[in-house]
Amino acid sequence: MGRITQAVAKLCKDANYYLGEDVIEAFNNAYEQELSLTGKEIIEQLIKNADIARAEDVPMCQDTGFAVVFVELGQDVHIVGGSLEDAINEGVRQGYTEGYLRKSIVGHPLERVNTGDNTPAVIHLKLVPGDQLKITVAPKGGGSENMSAIKMLKPAEGVDGVKKFVLDTVKEAGPNPCPPIIVGVGIGGTFEKAALLAKEALLRPVGVPSHKPEIAELEKELLKKVNNLGIGPQGLGGRITALAVHVNIYPAHIASLPVAVNINCHASRHKEVIL
Amino acid sequence: MIVVTITKIKLTTPISDEDVRKLRIGQKVLLNGVIYTGRDAAHKKLVELLNNGQELPLDLHGQIIYYVGPSPAKPEQVIGSAGPTTSGRMDLYAPRLIALGLKGMVGKGKRSPEVIKAMKQHKAVYFAAVGGAAALISKCIKQCEVVAYPELGPEAIHRLEVENMPVIVVNDTLGGDLYAEGTKIYATS
Ligand code: SF4
Repeated sequence: MGRITQAVAKLCKDANYYLGEDVIEAFNNAYEQELSLTGKEIIEQLIKNADIARAEDVPMCQDTGFAVVFVELGQDVHIVGGSLEDAINEGVRQGYTEGYLRKSIVGHPLERVNTGDNTPAVIHLKLVPGDQLKITVAPKGGGSENMSAIKMLKPAEGVDGVKKFVLDTVKEAGPNPCPPIIVGVGIGGTFEKAALLAKEALLRPVGVPSHKPEIAELEKELLKKVNNLGIGPQGLGGRITALAVHVNIYPAHIASLPVAVNINCHASRHKEVIL
Repeated sequence: MIVVTITKIKLTTPISDEDVRKLRIGQKVLLNGVIYTGRDAAHKKLVELLNNGQELPLDLHGQIIYYVGPSPAKPEQVIGSAGPTTSGRMDLYAPRLIALGLKGMVGKGKRSPEVIKAMKQHKAVYFAAVGGAAALISKCIKQCEVVAYPELGPEAIHRLEVENMPVIVVNDTLGGDLYAEGTKIYATS
């Protein structure tokens, strides 16, 4: 238990201080490709910002997010000494308090009183074969989460319907999610499965294509189309609106074609550990 | 018309109508002097005071409000990370404050037609700071103290002293909107 709490606390801090190398590399490529001078300057500032956060152990963004925690629990693992959920929440509490991270969670969505320690986390648990425990912490900011959307398409709308919904969602989001963004798309499953697929798509290292060739093609096409919207860095106009589009799919019901678009800002934070 | 410049305009608060009238969308500005922070919770309280005919805890004439809820400061820091929050949440309240003499707002994301109209009518501007560049921006903040609503924690109204804080004009007094205009330039099919 103590190990889980400790690991989660560290992951909360690390995710908020240290932007992944994959994102930095995507920034460098974006800087080369951006045509807008203002856009270039913004990307430069984001690289500098990530450097400062890393060097000084401070959060790269003041919105240190909702702690979204993915747990892959090996079925041979036996957890002793209390509940997994409590251990994770205790880790979030410690990480956000010791780490000088902002507490952004209200205990009741309508009464809206801050819980004071950024708990509870949103926990997604998956049972997998083996004897390992993998924990991923992905703090998610409000600005980009608020611009995400889900739609139950008619199967007849097909891939064109999917593309249109992704583009409409990014266009509607405009400057609000702090572009350049990363777009996670979930296609198939049920209502809630599509949303989870989209969120999981954001955990993939930036720019690594789907291992399904037809989906990798779709990702490429969507990225081009998203960037053709001209929204650009911070929405001020430019060629780089998104650093990547990641699509995850799942089988669907004969009557359904759910599509979820989960937008992530450039502060694409996730860190993982295997226990 | 979008003005793209390499040079930046220095602006020191309090700012006058004349300062504000000269600004055009796309211009890069370095803010200096005192600015105030405020998010939706603080805005709601300010507008409630106005509705009850009461005085505000701060004078907004010629002032700038920065939409920010910083992360907690470490012991050696003036302020924690302090990037802009989404401005749309303040749209309901902003026109009232603009009518009172507020000259500038700093945030990120689109403003409502009502806010854009109020800026045109009362001569105010909206600046974007780079969303997510919070550690970088906090380096421009030299002093920070709470001036109202301490109970709101990070959402309290803070008085900040800033030095060369980089922002970009998104909405000017002519009704221009850089989000709309900038996107048009770079969109292709
Ligand atoms: S959208 Fe992301 S980068 Fe922008 S303020 Fe929120 S967490 Fe920070």
